[in-house]
Amino acid sequence: MTTAEPHKSSGMGKDIAVYVGLLVLAGIQFFIAYQNISVQQMFERMLIVAMIEAGLALLFFMHLADNRGLRWFVLIFTVLVILGMQYGWTDSYRLINGVPWAH
Amino acid sequence: MSQADLSIHGQVSRSQATEIMTAPAFSVPAKKMAMWLFIIADSATFAGCLFAYGFTRNATPNWPTPFHSITNVAVMTLILLTSSLTMLIGVRAAQAGDKPKAFRWVMITAVAGVLFAALHLREWMGMISEGATLFHNPWGTPLFSSLFFSITGLHLLHVTGGVVALIAVGIRYQGGRYKADDLEITGLYWHFVDLVWMFVVPLVYLLNLSH
Repeated sequence: MTTAEPHKSSGMGKDIAVYVGLLVLAGIQFFIAYQNISVQQMFERMLIVAMIEAGLALLFFMHLADNRGLRWFVLIFTVLVILGMQYGWTDSYRLINGVPWAH
Repeated sequence: MSQADLSIHGQVSRSQATEIMTAPAFSVPAKKMAMWLFIIADSATFAGCLFAYGFTRNATPNWPTPFHSITNVAVMTLILLTSSLTMLIGVRAAQAGDKPKAFRWVMITAVAGVLFAALHLREWMGMISEGATLFHNPWGTPLFSSLFFSITGLHLLHVTGGVVALIAVGIRYQGGRYKADDLEITGLYWHFVDLVWMFVVPLVYLLNLSH
């Protein structure tokens, strides 16, 4: 029985390319912070960029791109848990808009 | 051949079943799988904290935006992202069998972590000197300070733990007690700490930037 995980060898070139990509994406987040847009728009755009960054880091820095089974395992559990937390947003809107002392 | 090893009606034999049961999940060694399970659980912890922050921010009128400069957080981000690259270089050197190079790059990663923590503490001290504490916020609702120090504090705790782990595993790898796989597993944790920061920066810092 083997316990060793099969490794796909790839050079440092890809790692550096991903690193530069992450720096650029981080720069985009800082750029968005200075845009004259609403907080909600800013939040959405920054979150999209952050998710792309996280995807790149997971796939290439943490090598999930090399293991399809593990990739789905991590993705399904993490996404389900995070999605499960989103039920509370409606209550936060109720607190700021719906309660008698709002505004 | 023993009776137990015989295949009956197409069913797997005991030896085959044992092999299936003890085979590592997703061809990932047990130690690495344990780290992945920890990462999944910890990502839920951070997601919970960031969701609580989002909930509170959304439900609180006149949320304070006290940050005037992004220089410090930009430098911290650069350091943490670069430390992920140095960790990768260290792990690749270890997998290639170059022990001195691997040790050197892992220690560079640890130094970057210390630098990040020092900048973080300097920022904290600046905010504390302006009157912000866990239960008091000079710019408005105390919830801001509570959430800011809690979330960044939790992340700083992870960075500190990561630095300790990098040094400990690096030294043991250098001494021959640990293998390249152990460095790779520690690297996974370090990349996760970096990944979390990618969400903390926009949500906790950049959305609270004073324009």
